[in-house]
Amino acid sequence: MENTLIQRVYVWQLPVRLYHWVNAIAVVLLACTGYLIGHPFAIQSGTEAYDNYWFGTVRFTHFVSAFFFFFNFIGRIYWGFVGNKYASWHNFIPTKKKQYEEMVDVLKVDILQGTIKPLESIGHNSLAGLTYFISFLAFLFQCITGFGMYAAMSTSMLPHLFSWIVPFMGGDFAVRQWHHIMMWFFIVFSIVHVYLVFYHDYVEGRGIISSMAGGWKFIEKEKNK
Amino acid sequence: MNGSPMTLWEQAQARGVSRRDFIRYCSWLAAAAGIEASAIGQVVQAMEKKPRLPVVWMHFQECTCCSESFIRSSHPVISDIVLDKISLDYSETLMAAAGHQAEKSLQDTIKKYKGEYLMCVEGSIPTGDDGVYCCIGGKSAIDIVKEVAADAKAIIAWGNCATHGCVQAAKPNPTTATPVHKIITGKTIINVPGCPPIAEVMAGTIVHLLAFDRIPQLDGLNRPKAFYSRRIHDTCYRRPNYDAGLFVESFDDENARKGYCLYKMGCRGPVTYNSCAIMKWNNGVSYPIQSGHGCIGCSEKDFWDNGPFYQHLASFPGFGIETTADDIGVAVGAATVVGIAAHAVSTNIRKGKLIKSEIASSKEKEETSTKGGA
Repeated sequence: MENTLIQRVYVWQLPVRLYHWVNAIAVVLLACTGYLIGHPFAIQSGTEAYDNYWFGTVRFTHFVSAFFFFFNFIGRIYWGFVGNKYASWHNFIPTKKKQYEEMVDVLKVDILQGTIKPLESIGHNSLAGLTYFISFLAFLFQCITGFGMYAAMSTSMLPHLFSWIVPFMGGDFAVRQWHHIMMWFFIVFSIVHVYLVFYHDYVEGRGIISSMAGGWKFIEKEKNK
Repeated sequence: MNGSPMTLWEQAQARGVSRRDFIRYCSWLAAAAGIEASAIGQVVQAMEKKPRLPVVWMHFQECTCCSESFIRSSHPVISDIVLDKISLDYSETLMAAAGHQAEKSLQDTIKKYKGEYLMCVEGSIPTGDDGVYCCIGGKSAIDIVKEVAADAKAIIAWGNCATHGCVQAAKPNPTTATPVHKIITGKTIINVPGCPPIAEVMAGTIVHLLAFDRIPQLDGLNRPKAFYSRRIHDTCYRRPNYDAGLFVESFDDENARKGYCLYKMGCRGPVTYNSCAIMKWNNGVSYPIQSGHGCIGCSEKDFWDNGPFYQHLASFPGFGIETTADDIGVAVGAATVVGIAAHAVSTNIRKGKLIKSEIASSKEKEETSTKGGA
């Protein structure tokens, strides 16, 4: 091991960190309430409907979280155009050859567990960036299908912007089915995402976990020329 | 069919109907069509002035349950519409003519009332193998429907067959059964889905055409908004139980006796647009949920393929019977966790060696760094 100097770099700006945690809370709430809506608890008989509203509350939580999730998502897209270079949309849609080469490197480190060497990127590595882009498409899909179904019981404008999805997919049943299937993408994504963050912090020691709280990462000085 | 047909008012007078009864009848019609009270005058005017609407009622791949439903509409005044107030010039099941006479009657109507007649289609149209699976009078259904639709004033597709293909379009759809709107392009098809549609909904749709001479307001799937804009779930009398989280867990349990929500029994109410919970069936007697059985979503596309009826999440295609998306999701989730665990173990074995060598080298560094700068 050579003698290397470590430098602090401010990577994640406040809007990015805020987005991340609002999104994390919203996704957890949406997945939990969404699962409950699909599989409500069994409450035994003996009560009357006017005594309870728990299922209505679960659904209300789902809808409110969905609005937070949606506008938070919009905010992040905006920040992808005005934020710093680590927040830029260029990180998510690979257009350069270098980004594809890095993906191969990441696969070598993450899956094949090859030699651990510091990666080129300081912000998202390019494979992570692409994965987040795919997850953005999943966000979009959930927003469209979710609001599309919600439109039937809403008079506000926003949900009705997405009501075209119902005839497009053939009916509420199909929309609901796909909305439900996509929930599993979020669950699997969360498992892998959390694990990989720990893994990278562990093998690289760049402080990736704390970076989403404070915004700072630690990199080898030569890399920052 | 000789000369200009009588108007509805003339006809009513000929039958000895009083003005009072005629107005009452018009009010019934307006109510059935979902028209507000202030527009009854328009309905009365239409009935006074308009001749009987010539109707051609086609039957293709179907079970005639739509016709059966229609002729059983609850109020006698409404069943009057089909048999008296419109001129049913061609209908395979209800007309007196047979054979060549019947075919001639069809040709006469579409020529004499070109652009004036209403075309109703019951049943889907098989397009496979040149449409050989449904032929009437030596012509294939697909040819007939194109010929008749060409000069129709308006086209109504009755029931799930004509709007979505229903059971004969369910996988694997051996005859390539096709709904009307996929065959007739460039014309608005009024879709009135259901298996069958509610009689009053059918009557209401015709009345609207009759009274206003234009097609009713339609939604994204071309269904009359007056009857298909709300889900059965949103109009269901058991809805409070849903919001309260009170569900029937199995048929005949205590919860079922208490009339809790049938959501967990696979009720399709939350994804089905129809008026069952409002208008009900058989003279407003009941509807499936009221009778203790979940809705099967018979007015929705592909309701046969979205089974089983008793679970509200469909089987996932390609994974065997009754495997839902959740079963697959759990399997994928479990596989991910197992993969991660294996990955973590191998990382630690590797990292263990690395930590040892790094500790060794950092000791060296400490020694060298005291000698000279970096």
